[in-house]
Amino acid sequence: MSEGIDEQLRSELQRQGIWVTSMQELYNWGRKNSIWPLQFGLACCAIEMIATAASRYDIARFGGEVFRPSPRQADLMIVAGTVTKKMAPQIVRLYNQMPDPKYVISMGACAISGGPFKQGYNVLKGIDRYIPVDVYIPGCPPRPEALLHAFMELQRKIDGQKLSGTDKAEFLKPEQPSEFPVPAFGEHDLNPPANKDVYHPPVLERQ
Amino acid sequence: METLEQIKNRAELAARGARIEIVANPGPSQQSSLLIDNEHAVAVATFLRDHPALSFDFCSNVTGVDWLDRTVKKTTKVKQVIDGVEKEVDQTTEEKVPGYLEAVYHLYSMKLKHGPVIIRMRAPNRNDAHLPSLTPVWRSAELQEREIFDLYGIRFDGHPDLRRILMWDEFKDHPMRKDYVQPDDFEWEPTPHDQVLARAKQHYAPRPAEDGAEKITATDAHG
Repeated sequence: MSEGIDEQLRSELQRQGIWVTSMQELYNWGRKNSIWPLQFGLACCAIEMIATAASRYDIARFGGEVFRPSPRQADLMIVAGTVTKKMAPQIVRLYNQMPDPKYVISMGACAISGGPFKQGYNVLKGIDRYIPVDVYIPGCPPRPEALLHAFMELQRKIDGQKLSGTDKAEFLKPEQPSEFPVPAFGEHDLNPPANKDVYHPPVLERQ
Repeated sequence: METLEQIKNRAELAARGARIEIVANPGPSQQSSLLIDNEHAVAVATFLRDHPALSFDFCSNVTGVDWLDRTVKKTTKVKQVIDGVEKEVDQTTEEKVPGYLEAVYHLYSMKLKHGPVIIRMRAPNRNDAHLPSLTPVWRSAELQEREIFDLYGIRFDGHPDLRRILMWDEFKDHPMRKDYVQPDDFEWEPTPHDQVLARAKQHYAPRPAEDGAEKITATDAHG
């Protein structure tokens, strides 16, 4: 994975019992194999998350066994379930309380875009309206294997994050916000209905 | 369990002055309900709960209904003289029924294991709908009446803690009313159709070249 070390030289040295790595590789390896999720289930997808944490699908073998109750100790928030507009400010507050580097997995159709309850009067159409999401898992609910696949996808993403250079990871850049404004309760809807800096829906192409 | 007519007669005797009507249910369940006037509702409810032969001590469901103004067609046989011969003819009359907000209670008896008996209360004034709260009679009505207040706007007089339960306190509308308008938080729709397509079209950029100048609709920042 590292650019500096020649693979052939590395395997040659390994055969002699010498293991060569780089700070970036080591740092990312430690982070990706011990992701601590925040204990955060909202609705039915939470049951599938619990099933993933149970013995048959065991998320512990990926390092995510300890679901932290406090956001201050967690580095992954799995938004599992329908996000109601009443709950949305609390989710943004919890996200703000998580320390960097933090990641968000949007689990299930409801967290991606409102899901089957999209026309509901109290349903927020996707949590990516207010906080940045790293991995989306489609499904209603997604199977535990799908959540594990997303977990591994996140691990791959963490592995690819660079620690220096112009294209270094977002959380290392001081000008990138790690806290986002909390929406307020308006008279008819949340205020603002979406965060313009975070929410980038695809542009419509008409035939 | 006694028939609905018997229960109605008993209740009218017990709560003097109560005006109770039987609202027939045309559906397959044929669960007709008792329409109670608002003044004597608590007295009738207490009677239904306390009388030993009835003992409706469990209020399992309280729900709200929003009836709009509707016209009811009635066909009656009327004797008319046609061509000198008296005949019975079907005559359809249309009756306009004004709309109202309603609260419907389903009552069961845990002690005597019978039920349900369904009672209704109507609040005709939409802007200032008040109904007596039956929470002092059945505790299980407490949260459900809060839900009706939140979603329909019916105020329950005598409720110990009447505030919104599903929506936030600063919310102004009542979402389950038929005249509720959804806020317009548009989002990209992959395959819109029917109502969703109609709402989405308002956000598309106008294409005068293809659609013609008369089809220009409002634009939106999302495009």
